Amino acid sequence: MEKRVTFRGWLLPMLLIAPQVVISAVFFFYPAGQAIWQSLFIPDPFGLSSQYVGLGNFEYLLGDRFYRASFVTTAVFSILVTLCSMIPALFLAVMADRLIKGSGVYRTMLIWPYAVAPAIAGVLWLFMFNTRVGVVSWYLGTLGYDWNHVLNGGEAMGLVVVASSWGRISYNFLFFFAALQAVPRSVIEAAAIDGARFWRRFWTIVLPLLSPTTFFLLVVNVVYAFFETFGVIHTITSGGPQQSTTILVYKVFSDGFVGQDLGSSSAQSVILLFVVGVLTIVQFKFVEKRVHY
Amino acid sequence: MAFFKTGDTHGMVEKRGAGLWLTHVVMILGVLVIFFPIWLAFVASTVTQPEIVRPPMPLWPGDQFLENYSKALFSGVNVPVTTMLFNSLVMAIGIAVGKIVISLLSAFAIVYFRFPGKILFFWMIFLTLMLPVEVRIVPTYEVVAGFGMLNSYGGLIMPLIASATATFLFRQFFLTIPDELAEAARVDGASPMQFFWDIVVPMSRTNVAALFVILFIYGWNQYLWPLLITTDPEMNTIVMGIRQMFPSGDDVAEWPVIMATSILAMIPPVIVVVSMQRLFIRGLVDSEK
Repeated sequence: MEKRVTFRGWLLPMLLIAPQVVISAVFFFYPAGQAIWQSLFIPDPFGLSSQYVGLGNFEYLLGDRFYRASFVTTAVFSILVTLCSMIPALFLAVMADRLIKGSGVYRTMLIWPYAVAPAIAGVLWLFMFNTRVGVVSWYLGTLGYDWNHVLNGGEAMGLVVVASSWGRISYNFLFFFAALQAVPRSVIEAAAIDGARFWRRFWTIVLPLLSPTTFFLLVVNVVYAFFETFGVIHTITSGGPQQSTTILVYKVFSDGFVGQDLGSSSAQSVILLFVVGVLTIVQFKFVEKRVHY
Repeated sequence: MAFFKTGDTHGMVEKRGAGLWLTHVVMILGVLVIFFPIWLAFVASTVTQPEIVRPPMPLWPGDQFLENYSKALFSGVNVPVTTMLFNSLVMAIGIAVGKIVISLLSAFAIVYFRFPGKILFFWMIFLTLMLPVEVRIVPTYEVVAGFGMLNSYGGLIMPLIASATATFLFRQFFLTIPDELAEAARVDGASPMQFFWDIVVPMSRTNVAALFVILFIYGWNQYLWPLLITTDPEMNTIVMGIRQMFPSGDDVAEWPVIMATSILAMIPPVIVVVSMQRLFIRGLVDSEK
């Protein structure tokens, strides 16, 4: 799209756009280029020289048992986070939508967790389930269940999923609630006159009308689970036990900074770059569809 | 925004009587469950360490509020929390203001001018939409280290400004400004920058405010980036600083102080979100579009 009316001159616009272009070049394009470049090399252990290996790093990664496991972990993690954050949010939004008064108050209360940083959310949930002092783990203990996410990979995954989903419920609630408020009342009233009860109306009319919002949130929540949950995982499990909560982004960090394996870490960045690219395209597609509902 | 208006148009199908009360009960239960982690953190920040270490800890606040919070604020574990709060504030405002300023300028250039390389620059900015800092951390770290910007506000802020969301938002908005305004300004002999200051910026006020709320929270809640580049405790931000408060090895964490710090860390973004709810929701919807 172009403006019909534009101003003349080329020096001024160049100056105006310069700050963003410079910052993008220095802190975005150069590092991204470096990631791609470094992914083609293996540095020697002393960091003095590096050897060109072509796609060797990628071949190695795709053959690596731990890397493939990390893919599976990421898939499981993001599916669970998406479900655990969207289903309660939808339920609460449907409930809030039934109210004539007071839904604003509940909305204000439910927004809170969104403002809590993922890393802080991690600390809060770690505190509740801490093996020594956690309240929830203590009460589980009195019920005869021995909670220990430090040793049990499944429990560790459960905990990071819940901690990551928690703040996301707020976000999804806001979008679902807005979409519900936009459902035409006349459609619902017509169904009510035809004798459809609440939940029947929900399944046959409301939910299909919500599908653009639902698809949009699916994509956004997967992106969140992939890229923004680092803080939760780092505070609660640090990727353990036995890498059972090491998602891809966490592995870029742990191989690059902790393991100092720059070639592999860069190759992982490049693979993630493709993943982001695909997700972005999917997101744009869905957003476009969303406009026409 | 009509889309987000709550309330008045409800018709005849809403529940009344018992059903209505049941809905309220369900909502209250939902809010309580969602709130429980925050409540527990608050309780833990008002009791003594022995009360926590011998589980189960109480579920009602104790009387150590002042002790724990003043200890956190003025001595902390590694560094006083006031220092970390200040760093977080600088970082969050720096990111929000920096991103808004460079985006306003570049969106103005893209929309209101034709100049050589415009398409190239446009795509260059567009590409930055795609790659979160988490993905390019190692090389970005090397760049920042190369500039000697470790442990500096510039290093904390700049790499997180390099993204195009805000530019796109403003571009979309500028395209909706009627052409007559620019035409009138041109006829009256106003310079492009006069037009920018007197027409474009005032018209963008709401968008700027909404974006500020979103970017403030984004900046405040950053974790990985500050963790990497602030090795000096004096430069720690509060969100990453909490993790540094956990002792390594077998020592027992100082839970009341850590939990007081967690509460302090969430207060500023919560205030921003709750008090500017309408702008926040608008910003959320705008920036995801």
